[in-house]
Amino acid sequence: MAVKSIISRPVYGTLSPQPGKHHLFIADAEGALAIAEMARRAPPGFFDDAEIVFIPGPDGKHVAALEALKPEQFHQAPSFASLLPRLRQTLANAHMGLRLYLAGTEGLIGQAMQVALEAGIDHTSMQTEHRGSLARRMQCVHCKGITENVTTQPATCAHCGLLLLVRDHYSRRIAAFQGVCINAEDRSEVPPMEEIFR
Amino acid sequence: MGITFRKETFRDDFTFRNSPEHIRRFPFPFHEDAYMYAVNIEPHVVGPKGSVLENLIDVDEHYVAEMQDRALVLAEDPLRCQSLPHMTLAGWDLLELLMEQQALGYPEHFTLTRDGDRWRWINRPLGIDDTFTFGDTSTLPYGPMEYITRQSQGDFCILDQRDGNLWMDAGMVTTQADWSLDFDIGMNFFEWHAPVPLAHEKGIFVRALKFLTNIQQGKPARRLNWTMTINPRLDTSPENYHKWGPDRATVTPENVGDKVHLRVELQSFWRLPRSNGIVFPIRCYLIKMDELVTQPKWARRLHRVIRDLPEELATYKGLTRFRPTLVEWLSKLDDGSVTSSGFGPD
Repeated sequence: MAVKSIISRPVYGTLSPQPGKHHLFIADAEGALAIAEMARRAPPGFFDDAEIVFIPGPDGKHVAALEALKPEQFHQAPSFASLLPRLRQTLANAHMGLRLYLAGTEGLIGQAMQVALEAGIDHTSMQTEHRGSLARRMQCVHCKGITENVTTQPATCAHCGLLLLVRDHYSRRIAAFQGVCINAEDRSEVPPMEEIFR
Repeated sequence: MGITFRKETFRDDFTFRNSPEHIRRFPFPFHEDAYMYAVNIEPHVVGPKGSVLENLIDVDEHYVAEMQDRALVLAEDPLRCQSLPHMTLAGWDLLELLMEQQALGYPEHFTLTRDGDRWRWINRPLGIDDTFTFGDTSTLPYGPMEYITRQSQGDFCILDQRDGNLWMDAGMVTTQADWSLDFDIGMNFFEWHAPVPLAHEKGIFVRALKFLTNIQQGKPARRLNWTMTINPRLDTSPENYHKWGPDRATVTPENVGDKVHLRVELQSFWRLPRSNGIVFPIRCYLIKMDELVTQPKWARRLHRVIRDLPEELATYKGLTRFRPTLVEWLSKLDDGSVTSSGFGPD
């Protein structure tokens, strides 16, 4: 789990069944386990009005466990990018009473939340549960490029190549942590790169 | 007679200077020989003639040069000016406020005439004479916030008030002390202040938010904040940190007086009448050490403040690399005598 940090760093909870007319679950990899555990606490018939959208991890696990919940709809996507058009339409057509549940890696939760925010859903109304990797999405404050799956501190910007301090300062709108040049004042200072976001 | 606007730059050859009268009116931010965060908010009322508070929106000799520098920043990076879709009305509120205040304080330079929604705005220093329909964005060359903040000194953040919080939902930010509007836009009061050390633990932001959400129309408030900048550079954005950061390594005992600048922000807070938003102008004043120490009281006091500043604050404000050189230089101007209380020079 993420350690206590600054206020802009997201805090995740534990999924719990919410009152609502329709339930949309978006999960990746081990996020499936959060849904399965929540299902044990859910009232009978809860998944009759649920849609689960799942991006399996590299091991391809947990698909059967989610299908076993017998949601009204189950959709498996190979990546978040491939999921985006469908997700945007689902949210655009959604009615009052839709509840959103996001589970899995920080990158998945953040990007799904970003799309939901754009659709006008308040972030405090979304259920979130972090499972799996702590790898970060990072936006370079200098060139604005996003680097996915950052595991080191500092990290190299995949776009402009600057060596960046990965801050805890987080933007829901951008769905990324902020990266700021770590040796801007003296480029000859190159701090060692450590793998800390796993 | 009006203001004589200086021709000067805030980049490259850095020709920015303060005239002797502007040194005397500099808003020195330390009323005692030490500094720690406090909720130092007070009513924003008109102050003494000749001070930066003579008018509630201050226009000074740097106006034209600052607006030229802003235009350069925006040409390089348009993301420094952003307004979320629900903030247009607040932009018109701000346009009205700034036109009214600038015309009121400086009638020789600015004139606003209104015939119902038909407004005419004359800005003589920048050579602007525009007639437009208030509330109709298509009658201006930019959105209302961008239009008027391209003609007003200081950064401007417009905060939406909802859910008992303030949300950074629009802004023109080109002279900032190392924070990114592009990254922080859409955040609430606690989130955009998240990186500030020590102040959360002291409950500063909880109390400040309570105060700000209760600001009433016609009763603005203000506070001072400060940091230090190497060279008189207005655009010390995180976006360009890799370009200006190396300046901090260029301070030597020989050039302290010319290179090191005290950077003071006069922040004010105004309730906007139509949108119920809050506008938060952050007006930046720069003064080089050579100019500041012409006032012996300020030299003594600044020496003590910088010398005794807690390490976390020095790091947050980015002073670490040049602090020892600066303190050594200032110490020669501190004879240890008592400084009078209050901000002003003796």
